[in-house]
Formats: sequence, structure tokens, C-alpha cells
Amino acid sequence: MSIQRQRPPRKNPLQRTTAPLPPPARRSRAAQGLTRAAAQGQFALHTCQNCQTVSYPARDACPKCLSENLVVAAVQSGGTILSVTTIQISGEPYFRRLAPARQALIVLDCGPTIVAEVRPDCVSGMRVHASLHLDKAGQPVIYARPENGDANSDADPHWRELVADPLHRRCLITDGRNPVTLPLAKSLLAAGAAKVVIGVSERWKPFAVAAKLEALGAVELVDLDLADDQSVSALASDYGAKTDILLHTALHLRPGSLMSGAELLKARDAMEVSYFGALRLAHHFGPVMRSRGADRDNSAAAWVNLLSIFAHLSWPGFAAYSATQAASLSFSQALRAEMRGSGVRVLDVFTGPMEIDWLEHLPPPKVQPSAVANEIVAALKGGEEERWVGDVAKDFRERFAANPKEIERDLWQQ
Amino acid sequence: MTMNEPTSPIALMTAALASGKVRVVDLTQTLDPGGPTIVMPPELGQSWPVRIEPISRYDDSGPAWYWNNISFGEHTGTHLDAPIHWITGRYLAHNSVDTMPTSLMVAPACVIDCSAESAEDADFLVTVTFVEAWEAQHGRIPPGSWVLLRTDWSLKRGAAYANLDDTGAHTPGPDAELMRWLVEERDVLGVGTETIGTDAGQGGHLDPPYPAHHYLHGAGKYGLQCLARLDALPPQGALIIAAPLKIREGSGSPLRVIALVEH
Repeated sequence: MSIQRQRPPRKNPLQRTTAPLPPPARRSRAAQGLTRAAAQGQFALHTCQNCQTVSYPARDACPKCLSENLVVAAVQSGGTILSVTTIQISGEPYFRRLAPARQALIVLDCGPTIVAEVRPDCVSGMRVHASLHLDKAGQPVIYARPENGDANSDADPHWRELVADPLHRRCLITDGRNPVTLPLAKSLLAAGAAKVVIGVSERWKPFAVAAKLEALGAVELVDLDLADDQSVSALASDYGAKTDILLHTALHLRPGSLMSGAELLKARDAMEVSYFGALRLAHHFGPVMRSRGADRDNSAAAWVNLLSIFAHLSWPGFAAYSATQAASLSFSQALRAEMRGSGVRVLDVFTGPMEIDWLEHLPPPKVQPSAVANEIVAALKGGEEERWVGDVAKDFRERFAANPKEIERDLWQQ
Repeated sequence: MTMNEPTSPIALMTAALASGKVRVVDLTQTLDPGGPTIVMPPELGQSWPVRIEPISRYDDSGPAWYWNNISFGEHTGTHLDAPIHWITGRYLAHNSVDTMPTSLMVAPACVIDCSAESAEDADFLVTVTFVEAWEAQHGRIPPGSWVLLRTDWSLKRGAAYANLDDTGAHTPGPDAELMRWLVEERDVLGVGTETIGTDAGQGGHLDPPYPAHHYLHGAGKYGLQCLARLDALPPQGALIIAAPLKIREGSGSPLRVIALVEH
């Protein structure tokens, strides 16, 4: 497992492109509690609030005390393998394609004995680390790897199904003028991305980081104006079928009051790049990415939407910007629904205020663009669907879930 | 004179166009979504660049027809500035494109070639002395003429055309004294340039700032910018047809500018 997987050979153009084939997707309502944990990269299982018994798979009542008061809570991820079974053939088309599969009975340290997919080097009696992921149908599954030794599971095709690793993949960053671009391109390349294509709008305007980006090597700067349908269409003509991970990073942030006459124009301009830009990308890049969700080892894998926490709650003084973020969050949800079954993961990355010139007046803490970049790549490598970057965002998530009115009033004071 | 020879001016012009004695030269840049536009600091209001969104293209949105929705600021591409565009012209009568007298939409042009100087110095400012030397060679600028500054700037593309750096745009244009002189001493109809504005790229640092806008529009005169192919025009003798869209209280308008030129 420690051998780094080589870059896949070029595609044979005479062969049919492998079509997406999702695994069985039916789950109970209770199981969706695990979906949230998997989406956020947590290992959490149903825990009885009455007797503390941890259960898996998801149940509506505690198997020990029959209490219905079950909460999905973070639990220890260690366990010991009881037995391993190799499944050579399956009646399920998805698993037939991936055969053989290895599944194990694992006694988790937190209590339950579970059935999970395991890495090929797992054997009976071995200590393992279990993690919760979303499969190609977007449903939660548990994967286990040896507790000691190499944490890199990349050589296992079953693992690759659960994540959207940038390794050997071609990435498109849609707003090169976002300050996150340089660290993001660096992080993607450090994770083994084959190429990073960076869309830059209005290239007749100076673009200060161009030289630094080009010095990174496998980077290509291209014309891309998200507000211009013809521009998006032209880029998709060349790169649509060569985009494995699309990172929509549009940033158009202008302060302003809802009641200001200038706000309408600002809102329109912001919507053009953020929300309508996303729609243009969906129109021109979406269909081909969806069709390439199972296109060998470097298939289309993910669509990342870089969003603000103010997608959830309007930020006083940034009414138009907040509206674009709320619209973009809605876009992301719609895209996830339309991408279902394709194997293309839609990842929302929420940040608090970033350390950028438009937000110079805000006191710390502000999230650094480099931190955003690193966490985007980490979320892709974990196959997540949602990541909150930085202390402000994490604090917002907890407080917004607990009492949205509390944080709304608190924002008024700032 | 025989019965077949035309005598009316329009008939003469028609015949001249048909025979090729008078050619029609297109002085217009294509409205292009990727084309450079005026740049303002980002906290200010922004002019929209050209956008072309298909309504249908022989597809499920309209099986047999192709058409687009288009949008752009009034001051996009080859366009005309009306007096109302600038604060100095805000109280004048007939100061918008919808009230511009149609008689002014056809006017003679004086083409002042400063392409060599502009190639040498992107911030070249045309002076009264420069234009007086031109007049000594080509004749006095008649009242009611367009004065067109030929810089060959329209041959440039993209970043070279906008020519922006950390201190703003660097493109040639008139100096302040020349603008006062053209308006007060020559009573021109307006000034036309091949660059993004009638003023030089650094015209905001002149006194008064943006002198072409200040003097032209304050006196009810017009501006034409983003013109092309001024190299195809003679120093004097071309007739310009420049008719803006009839936009209610419009401050300017993209337009097709053509020149009639004797061959």
C-alpha cells in the first residue's frame, strides 16, 4: 500500500467510456444521520442517550434498552478484525465491476460489531482504523485500513471510489483573481494533480500573480469570464472533457446597504459571477463531467463550491454578497441532486471572512487563503461533501445549528 | 449635360458610391465580450462590458431561429459621448443622445496623424502647436468638424490596447489647452479617438482633469471613442456618419461609425 500509484495511461479512444454505475442507494431515514457525519468527514455512530450503547447499522431504537433517544455522536475509530471475506462475484452491477471486494467483521472499540469494506492488506486479528465516507451513490459506508503503517490507501480501487483525490487529476479553478488561487494551485499540485487550469477574467487587466502561478509548473492560465456565457462555452469546448475536479471560487465581495441605490448594480454584478457564473459552468461543464464520473482512474470526481458562511445568514453591511452566497448554496444543493448517481461529488467549503483587502477593516480572526486551500484539498482527499474552514466558520456552524437568532443578533453588534 | 447624368446631390452621391469614386469605410470595432472597457476603482459603479446570451439557436428554445439578448454599458465599444455624460454638460439643452440633432450625425472630419508620436510614447499628449502645424499643412479645421486623432491604437489588442499598469492606463490623447482651443477657437463638433476614452489614459492628472470631457461636453460637443481604421481616412475630406441609438436620456451609445471617402 505504500507504493504511490502511477499516473494512469492515456485513454484508449476506441473503447467505450465507462458509464457511471452507482451502488445501491436506499437507506433508512435514521441512516441519514450517518450521511451528515460522512459528509463532514467525521466518524460518528448512533449513540443511545439513555444507556450510551453505540449501534451500527442505523436503528430507530437502541438494541440494548429500546430507547428511541439515539444521537449520532463522534466515537472512537479503532477496532479489531474478527474475520475477512473476499467477495469474488456479486449480483449487484456496481460491485461486479469492482470485484473482488473485501469485507470484514470488525469489533469496534466503541462497542458494535460491524461489516465494513477493508483495505486488501487487512487480515483477521488486525487492529484497524475505521472511517465513514460517502459512496458513489452519496450514501454512508464504513471503510477500514490497518491502524499502523501507511495511511495512504490510494492503491485500493475501492478506496478511490469513496474519495475525490486530486492525485493524477486535472483541476479547473474558475476565478484566478481570487486570492485563494495561488495557494490552492500549490496544494492541488502537492497532492499530485496532473494539471491545474486557471481561468482568469479580463486578461487585458494586469494579473499580478500570473508569473508565480506559471512558475508552479503544471499550471495553465486560460481566458474565463464567468459573467460571459460565450467565454464559459469556449473554455468548455477545450477543457470540458478534461476537467476532473472543478473548483468554483468566484469571489465578488462589495460592502453595501440594501437601501443604497448602488446596491442593485452591485448585486447584479456579484450574481453574474457567483450564481449565474455557476449556472453557466453547470450548463457547459456539468453534462460532460456527469458522464465521466466513472471514466477510469482519473474520472471526473468533484465539483467544489467555495462559499461563505453568510450563505446561511445575511451579513450586515454585505447584503448583496450574502444573497449571492445563499443563491450559490442553493445552486450547490441543486447540482448535488443532478449529479447524483454520477460519482461526481459536490463539495461545499464554507469559510468565515478571509484575509483579503476588502475585509481589511475587520479584526482577526480571519481565515488565511492558504488555510482554505489546504482544507479544500483535505476535504477532497476524504471525499467529503461539506467542510467548514477556520475557527469563525466552525463557531458559526455550532451556534447557527443551536440558535440562529442568537447569532443573527450577535452579527448586529459587530 | 445629358438627361441621364445625375444632377441632384443625392443622385451624384449614389452614382459615386456605385462607381467606387466614393468608398464607405467602417470605423467601428466589433462589440466583443472580451473587449477592454473603461476601468473605474472597484468600489465605484461599474460599466457593463458586452454580454451576449443566446435566446435560442435553432434548438429546443426556438427550433428555426437564432437570436440573442445583449447587454452593455452606454460607453462600450465604438461609442459616442453626449454632453450629458459629463457634469459640465448636465444643464445644456438637447444634451442626450435621443435629443442630439440628426443634422450633426453627418459631419466632415479632420484626421490628425499622431501615430508615430503615440508609438514612441504611449502617454503622448497632442498640443495646440502640433495641431497648428497640421493646419499649416492641411488647412484650417472647419467649424462643425469632427477632429479625429489617428494613433493607430485600434491595431492593438487586449492588454496592449488597454495598456494598464499600477498607475492606470497609458494611452495618448489631447492636452488641456488643445481641448479649450478646439472648442473655443475652432468650434469643432467633437473629438474622436481610437483609444478607450477621448481623454488620454493619464488625463485625470491634467488640469482640468479629463479636459476632453470637460471642455467638449461643457460646450455641447461630442466625443467618439474606440474608433478603428482612421489610417484609411485622408487628413481632410472624409464625411462621417455617426448616429447613436435613440436612448431616452442616454449619456452615450455604441454606434456604427462609417466614413465616406473619395477614392
